[in-house]
Amino acid sequence: MANKNAPLHLFDRPNSYIGQSVPRPEAHNLLAGRGQYVDDLQLPRMLHAAFLRSPYAHADILTIDTTAAADSAGVVAVYSGADFADQVTPWVGELTHLTGLRSPPQMPLAIDTATWQGEPVAMVVASSRALAEDACALIDVQYQPREAVCDPVAALLPESPVIHSEYKNNLAWERDVTAGDVEPAFADPANTVVEQVLRFGRHTGVTLEPRSSVVEFNPAEQTLTYHYSGQAPHMMQAVLAKHMQLPEENIRIIARDVGGSFGIKIHTYGDDIATALAARLLARPVKFIADRLESFASDIHARDHHIKARLAVTSDGTIAALQMYDYTGIGPYSMYPRTSAIECNQILNLTGAPYKIENYHANGKVVFQNKNMMCQYRAVGHPVAMAVADSLLEQAAREIKMDVVEIRRRNLIEDNAYPVVSATGMKFADLSHQQALERLVELMQYEKLRKQQSTANENSIRTGIGLVSMVEVTNPSPMFYGIGGAPISAQDGATVRMDAAGALHVSCSITEQGQGTNTIIAQVAAGVFGVDIKRVKVTTGDTATTPYGGGTWASRGAGIGGEAVLLAADALKQQVLEVAAIVLQSNADSLDISQGNVIDKSDSAQRMSLDELGKLVYYRGSELPAEVQPEFVATRHFRVSDFPFVFTNGAMAAQVEVDTDTGIVKVLDFWVVEDCGRVINPKLVDEQIRGGVVQGIGGALFEECLYSDDGQLLNATMADYLVPMAGEMPDIHIAHIETPTSTSTLGAKGAGEAGTGGAPAAILNAINDALAPLGASIHTMPATPERILQALGEVPT
Amino acid sequence: MNHAQQVDIELIVNHEKINCRVPVRVNLVDFLRNELGLTGSHVGCEQGVCGACTVEVDGTMVRGCLMLAAQADGSTVNTIEGFAESGRAGHLQQAFATHNALQCGFCTPGMLASALEYLEQGGVADRAAIRQHISGNYCRCTGYQAIVDAIEEVAGQTETTDGQ
Repeated sequence: MANKNAPLHLFDRPNSYIGQSVPRPEAHNLLAGRGQYVDDLQLPRMLHAAFLRSPYAHADILTIDTTAAADSAGVVAVYSGADFADQVTPWVGELTHLTGLRSPPQMPLAIDTATWQGEPVAMVVASSRALAEDACALIDVQYQPREAVCDPVAALLPESPVIHSEYKNNLAWERDVTAGDVEPAFADPANTVVEQVLRFGRHTGVTLEPRSSVVEFNPAEQTLTYHYSGQAPHMMQAVLAKHMQLPEENIRIIARDVGGSFGIKIHTYGDDIATALAARLLARPVKFIADRLESFASDIHARDHHIKARLAVTSDGTIAALQMYDYTGIGPYSMYPRTSAIECNQILNLTGAPYKIENYHANGKVVFQNKNMMCQYRAVGHPVAMAVADSLLEQAAREIKMDVVEIRRRNLIEDNAYPVVSATGMKFADLSHQQALERLVELMQYEKLRKQQSTANENSIRTGIGLVSMVEVTNPSPMFYGIGGAPISAQDGATVRMDAAGALHVSCSITEQGQGTNTIIAQVAAGVFGVDIKRVKVTTGDTATTPYGGGTWASRGAGIGGEAVLLAADALKQQVLEVAAIVLQSNADSLDISQGNVIDKSDSAQRMSLDELGKLVYYRGSELPAEVQPEFVATRHFRVSDFPFVFTNGAMAAQVEVDTDTGIVKVLDFWVVEDCGRVINPKLVDEQIRGGVVQGIGGALFEECLYSDDGQLLNATMADYLVPMAGEMPDIHIAHIETPTSTSTLGAKGAGEAGTGGAPAAILNAINDALAPLGASIHTMPATPERILQALGEVPT
Repeated sequence: MNHAQQVDIELIVNHEKINCRVPVRVNLVDFLRNELGLTGSHVGCEQGVCGACTVEVDGTMVRGCLMLAAQADGSTVNTIEGFAESGRAGHLQQAFATHNALQCGFCTPGMLASALEYLEQGGVADRAAIRQHISGNYCRCTGYQAIVDAIEEVAGQTETTDGQ
């Protein structure tokens, strides 16, 4: 609340770009094929890495014979896990604030035992990727297969094999949350109780640019440069420094253009670390670009939840109690350094979060299994939490014959109730669930759609409408990761300086993956300082040239990095005005900056241009009094300190058509009302939401990493793993409510994950709305045609 | 097959005559990227599914990953760099920028190539037809709507021009 009294006129100034859809300056570069992605780099003497991966989900490695591979054409080095053992310290995916979370140490390549199909076992470094792959085929590994543990529920049964011999069972973490007492509500015969088993399949990011690393090592200076396709350069710097035992300052992380990330490229992968180790051992640049098969097999997967949940409502639709049990499979290790327990934790925290719920009980079990690792991906936990609560709520509404909008009206936390602490201990402020719902009803013309629906459902095509009310975790404080010991910064920094021509140069620790980070940085800086946005140059994605900070994740860039830019630009402006006041024999308080000129505040009369002032300061400093040494550079940092997170809220709706003959679901329409606080760039926010919704629709209808019972990934190609393509996607209608967060002057909350968090629940509800008259329902994602037909009893389960 | 076997090829890439000796197993997009430094064409799946490597060979938009460089011997190839430099895609580039029809930009060169194909084949401002035409190009960021908006706008301008 520190800045509550800050003047709002910051955003009403002539140069303010807040609220304007400023186009992204880098777009023209990318549109001309002039992007600079990691794989575009060609460095002198650069080598290429390829990995041999375990074909078994669980196997002891008996022998590795690399003789033939080492003799293969173009091969410079072949490594097995043992070769790296003294080059790197193991990493452990634990956080101290997730009490009891355990995970064994991990190394870049499997040693002795392979624990998922796709785990890197050996590495070849050669003069081309093709030659490296040729040599991989010549490595002879003898395995002794072991029984694979795949199902997270069965993995906890006493008879299950235990993956890690140092533990007695396959449990990585368990948390139990209780508020009030759920039992009386479920026992009360006057209440209606609905109960479901919900399953959320694994899916993955499918960033079009795969994970990509080019690493250079300078042995004389002991410096390492990592060309990184990712979101958190300073985290990567800290991870490499710690485990390669190099001083942090000797490591430079550079992220130029990043071809999508969505949480995939923010973790520690053995193959990336092996690439850095090879570059150090060989003192030559090494490139590793995951191919698509490797991406499916080794990029983190998301979700994989088996949930049993029940909801009790009174006869007037008031939620009386909510209870859930979540089993989630995370693969053989907890991912480092963010851990694989966060998604389950989020689900326990966020299920039912938009509603007034006094009696709540949730239990989550995070379970080791022999599949690829599961970790944080766009909208961590949100799609699961929202789908559990809102599908039960809509089912309850149907059972008590209440409209699904009406039941939400009766249960949403009132807009004038904030601040509110939820049953799970979440602190909510500045939310607008009621406004969002009413705006949604208006936007989608809900009543009209319902009338059309009642007359439309005659043949095998059934239409359905589904809604969701949601929250989104954004702008996290150090309570998210840092407090638990992870090298992850919750604060961000911005440095703003003015050059001799009166232009601004901003460097900031948040990063760009296409969402428009650099654009909104320029918007904020230009507006607060007082120059045309064309005079602002932005640098991000380089640990050598930006202040320290967390990067871009958890919908935090605009809210945290944006505020740091605002504070730095304002501080620079004060500096400039003080120097200008000396030059103009005026008073800094009576001056302002507008359109690149120092002006009189009272009548906007132009006094001198910034170009003139810059040249005076930098070239003709002798004209200044001796004691005046202008800096014209300011750095400010910002973190959220009053709340663990800054929540946003929204309401979404889907209209779908279910073909009961084929089981195919067609999304006819989709509506979003989002309150992400102050909107800096409406176009960019809308596009974040649209992209997010489509990603959510993918998870709800198409995307699943399918495994056989023995842990073989069955569909690791883009032909077999279905992603949303243009032909199946609807246009998405968006409206905004702006309730600025009181935690900052800028007032921006996050918007990057809302679509992905809310869309699956809306889609699921719409399908079940369509199926309800037929007495059928589905609670498995993705809701594939086969599963729809199974739900209808048309094909066997 | 002998992986080391090489062939000489001669082709025209973006109006420039190229003579090169390439390993027979190198595909067209790897050749364009690694040998000619035309890194605008991207590699997304290497299976012809994602469309990121779409380039023009002898007047047809093809997947650069499904064709060997050796097969392009004697061909005329155009890539995103060529479309941009010749001005052939200028109207589309501007519309994509205006509508923010790209985020990370990785699919963009292939998406532009498919959009260009749609327009040059006489495609009209019909959203369903545009969606159908670009349904072989995967974009994870945008959700496609802004891309459809951009192509629709250019198709509309073309129609107007034709009408006059």
